[in-house]
Amino acid sequence: MLTQAQILDWLQAVTDPEIPTISLVDLGVIREVRVEEDGGVYVRLTPTFAGCPAMDYMRRDVETTLKAHGIPRVTTEISLRDPWTSDMVTDRGREGLRRHGLATPPKLNGGLLDLDILEYAECPRCHTTNTELRTPFGATLCRAVHYCHDCRQIFEQFKPI
Amino acid sequence: MMDPKLDLLYRLADDQLILGHRNSEWNGLGPILEEDIAFSSMAQDKLGHSLQLYMLLHELGEAEPDTVAFTRNAPQFHCCQLTELPIGEYDFSLIRHFLFDHAELLRFEALANSSYEPLALVARKVKGELKYHVLHANTWVKRLGTATEEAITRMQAALEFTLPYALGIFETTDAENEIISSGLFIGEKELQRRWEASISKVLAQTALTLPDLRLLTPVAGGRHGQHTEHLQPLLDEMAEVFRLDPTADW
Repeated sequence: MLTQAQILDWLQAVTDPEIPTISLVDLGVIREVRVEEDGGVYVRLTPTFAGCPAMDYMRRDVETTLKAHGIPRVTTEISLRDPWTSDMVTDRGREGLRRHGLATPPKLNGGLLDLDILEYAECPRCHTTNTELRTPFGATLCRAVHYCHDCRQIFEQFKPI
Repeated sequence: MMDPKLDLLYRLADDQLILGHRNSEWNGLGPILEEDIAFSSMAQDKLGHSLQLYMLLHELGEAEPDTVAFTRNAPQFHCCQLTELPIGEYDFSLIRHFLFDHAELLRFEALANSSYEPLALVARKVKGELKYHVLHANTWVKRLGTATEEAITRMQAALEFTLPYALGIFETTDAENEIISSGLFIGEKELQRRWEASISKVLAQTALTLPDLRLLTPVAGGRHGQHTEHLQPLLDEMAEVFRLDPTADW
């Protein structure tokens, strides 16, 4: 019988369109998976940033993947009901970000997103925190640009939010 | 009187759409690469926010987001005039961004507690993103506001030129009392009070002087469809493709 765990397992193959080392499940953008009585599947997604242009691709990839596994009817919904925060990235997801050369967002644990947190980043190369926020806006909405004083190199961070 | 929810949503959404488009005009022109990217990113955020708000309007029976965004003319827009002014020099764009986004962050923090739950949900998302906009504005206002004499003079002149327009952010409509009494929003007067405290705190860390705001005449009218000559050409440009082919995908 089709289970939620099985669906989540299949969805591990659906990765962020720009970061192939992290699945949408581990990124935390898949907020709910439900197997319906008629064998169809409902998936609820939430954007990392409200203006994320990749949402339609993510939605399409989820639908294509589940249909390839023989699910007759896949319903997807994009909702802000359970809004994304960077704390929703799983430990496996954080590992995936690092493998892609991205610094991980510090854990907020429900705390306030203040200036200290925005400016904090650990260099993905040498792991020092002797780093400086260069600009809160990077190549995509979800990335900030920092500078490592030890490596003397620029690096990108998946933003805390 | 317009329905209070529609009245509020149109003002919020139109501000985001128009300033978003203005910010995007820095794409390729920023004084340094990081600023080019910053203004382009903020443009993308703001267009995303406007879409969320136009979707709420659509749920309330208004037309599709693209139709609402691309088929109205200037007199049907509810943005404040501050958002529609051309990007001008970088000092003006930066000061506009600073004055507008401080108000915007406080506005969406308050809207996160709105009695209108769908709007509160959008606000909870948007306010986190706006923190980055305010952080960006503060960084540059502090940097340039404490730099060379030329920088300080230009930033001060931009501040004095822009402030009357910024006070137009808080122009109210007939729906204001109902918006406050129904718990939709704290109201423009309270927002302005918080905004003054917020910008003063940053400006105090610079060589810039905040003029006495009570002596300034706000540039109002935007909330009632009265706009500068700059809005219509912007709308025409924004809607050029949509008007040629409403089904075009790009």
